[in-house]
Amino acid sequence: MRKLVLALISATILAGAAQAATVYPLDRATILAGSPFDFKVEFKSVIKPEDVKITVNGQDYKAVLGKDVQFVAEEKNKDKVLGSAVLIRGLTIPKAGDYKVEVSAGSESKSVTWNVFATGATPKAKNIIFLLGDGMSVAHRTAARIMSKGMTEGKANGRLNMDDLDHMAFIGTSATDAVATDSANTMSAYMTGHKTAVNAIGVYADRTPDSLDDPKVETFAEAIRRQTKKSVGIVTGAEVEDATPAAVVSHTRKRADKAEIVEMLYAVKPDVLLGGGSAYFLPQSTAGSKRKDDKDYIKLFKEAGYRLATDKNELNAASGDGKLLGLFHTGNMDVTLDRDFLKKGTVDKFPNQPGLVAMMKAALGEVSKNPEGFFLMVEGASIDKMSHPLDWDRAVFETIEFDQAIGVAREFAKTHPDTLIVATADHTHGVSIIGTVDDDKPGTEMREKVGTYAEAGFPNYEDKDGDGFPDRIDVSRRLFLGATNGPDHYETFRPKLDGPFVPAVQNEKKEYVANEAYKDVPGAVFVQGNLPRSADSGVHAVDDVVLQSTGPGSEGFKGYLEESDVYKVLADTFALGADKP
Amino acid sequence: MAVRNRRFRSRRRMLGALLAVPFLSITRSAKATERLDFDHLYKSFGVLGLEFSDKVKALSGQTVAIRGFMAPPLKAEANFFVLTEIPMSLCPFCSSDADWPDNIMVVYLARKQTFVQFNAPIEVEGVLDYGPWTDPDTGFVSQLRLRQAVFDQV
Repeated sequence: MRKLVLALISATILAGAAQAATVYPLDRATILAGSPFDFKVEFKSVIKPEDVKITVNGQDYKAVLGKDVQFVAEEKNKDKVLGSAVLIRGLTIPKAGDYKVEVSAGSESKSVTWNVFATGATPKAKNIIFLLGDGMSVAHRTAARIMSKGMTEGKANGRLNMDDLDHMAFIGTSATDAVATDSANTMSAYMTGHKTAVNAIGVYADRTPDSLDDPKVETFAEAIRRQTKKSVGIVTGAEVEDATPAAVVSHTRKRADKAEIVEMLYAVKPDVLLGGGSAYFLPQSTAGSKRKDDKDYIKLFKEAGYRLATDKNELNAASGDGKLLGLFHTGNMDVTLDRDFLKKGTVDKFPNQPGLVAMMKAALGEVSKNPEGFFLMVEGASIDKMSHPLDWDRAVFETIEFDQAIGVAREFAKTHPDTLIVATADHTHGVSIIGTVDDDKPGTEMREKVGTYAEAGFPNYEDKDGDGFPDRIDVSRRLFLGATNGPDHYETFRPKLDGPFVPAVQNEKKEYVANEAYKDVPGAVFVQGNLPRSADSGVHAVDDVVLQSTGPGSEGFKGYLEESDVYKVLADTFALGADKP
Repeated sequence: MAVRNRRFRSRRRMLGALLAVPFLSITRSAKATERLDFDHLYKSFGVLGLEFSDKVKALSGQTVAIRGFMAPPLKAEANFFVLTEIPMSLCPFCSSDADWPDNIMVVYLARKQTFVQFNAPIEVEGVLDYGPWTDPDTGFVSQLRLRQAVFDQV
């Protein structure tokens, strides 16, 4: 009997199975009232245009959305037909509320509900400083506090700048296509209010292979340009066209479209743009260029009235009329430990790079000249870039530097209390502090020198010069941080004094294997990887990040929020969804 | 990276004498081959561009030898590969957030050779060519190339 019933049920399901079309924006999307976005429906089969029915809140869509769809008979991936689609570019919905969008054609149907949100009519703050520690996890903060301030009898000897930001929330970072996440979709969610897929920025990820045709949503910088006369500043230690800074302004399915992202940066023209990545600004005829065309964006920015700085001295001298382009490296800038302490990495080639604090001060100096206010995004990029190769010492130094940038923001807010400060991360890494490594423990096996529980004691870093960084990273009893994941590699139990750690390299089978350069370091042990052999380094974790904030508007941060919800607080702080008279 | 360099220095000394033997088998002409080094490819590095060294300019069109690491190729049948100063820990061909270092050398092989890199340096010999050039098949833009090249493990 049971078998028969089961058979009947499955037959019924099959007969009644309607294929689901895909609607962008996705179900439960949150949309800033009045902000332009693209509407797209992807059907799984080829359908006739007259069969497409779209209603919004039960009415014909044209009455509500005010625009006709464009019909695409066949979308293709090379020769494969993917199905039909309909599209509206640059749609706006001025009135807040829930919008139930129902789409059908033939056997396909889909229903989604968007929440269009308005904001208060009056801005809560004149300025927002948004600081993003890329990949910053709880272990990075704790290690930064212990390394920078020290600890006595279990109590920290000092506080980080971020420790006194008084509003906080846990933030969920997952992407639309996976629980796991990357710096593109996460910053995009912060900067657009829409979640998207891994590697995507400022768009929903559609099915066509073209990375530049995906349904767009408005970025925060674009919304600021549309609704205010405020200045926009971007500061990063990465390439300025890297995912995080790119997400302030750009639209692409592929964060690797760096040449196109530079064009998008030029289109929006942030008033201040500081970081690395000049290779994508140089025409291909210049050695060191990574463009595939003859466009010279250094020249174009200069012609648009930007002052150019290429090193620390030029940055300090570059106080001007509010428009500043600072490019200090062809690629990612060197990290604090290499730049200011060890002189490794590429510091011999680019010896005069400014740090994040110097860049931030210069940026604040420019954008704060605007009486209308500003939005300044500051990224501690290499917390992530050093966590990937499991170089925890460098990652923690980057966290200390990032915290000093938060200190600059807090100092600014003392004299400019109409400033919202947000300090957060985009995603986490699988890392924890489990104790110390003590060179003075007996024996030669480094593994036996790992101290846990009471045996860990306290590390012996010293900051005699008071710069907030330990004077030496290679002290005799140091923090021991461990990764939850990684490729095959050698654990040396020591800071990498000769340059950033390179845990694994690829072999002839395209598998990542332990880098034998570390094999003969005394006491090094082989650590079997737990990721697929295609993984070149440690990966992002799915754990929540901790957001901290202070200033007007910060009361919006509490409990658990999706990354896309953070945008609402930012938009509300600037009243970007207010009805314009 | 001194860790790496220390190893190479000691190996280099040991291998110095041995090198000549396998090397003869891949040399096309009896003429002494000029050596290049990753440290001497560029006269200057700068935000606004790199400048090729006088040595690179002088040796353009001539057969040179250089030692480095083979980066994983774009595809198995590709007729070129990228030679880097240190082993690549990221694969810019496969990973969307990885990028090439500035000082790469693109190697076009005279005939198909099997990928060999396994934490081990290779020695490549070929005709030096500099300046921007776009690979017609892949669109890969390079600044420095060795053409008609052959390589061997060090």
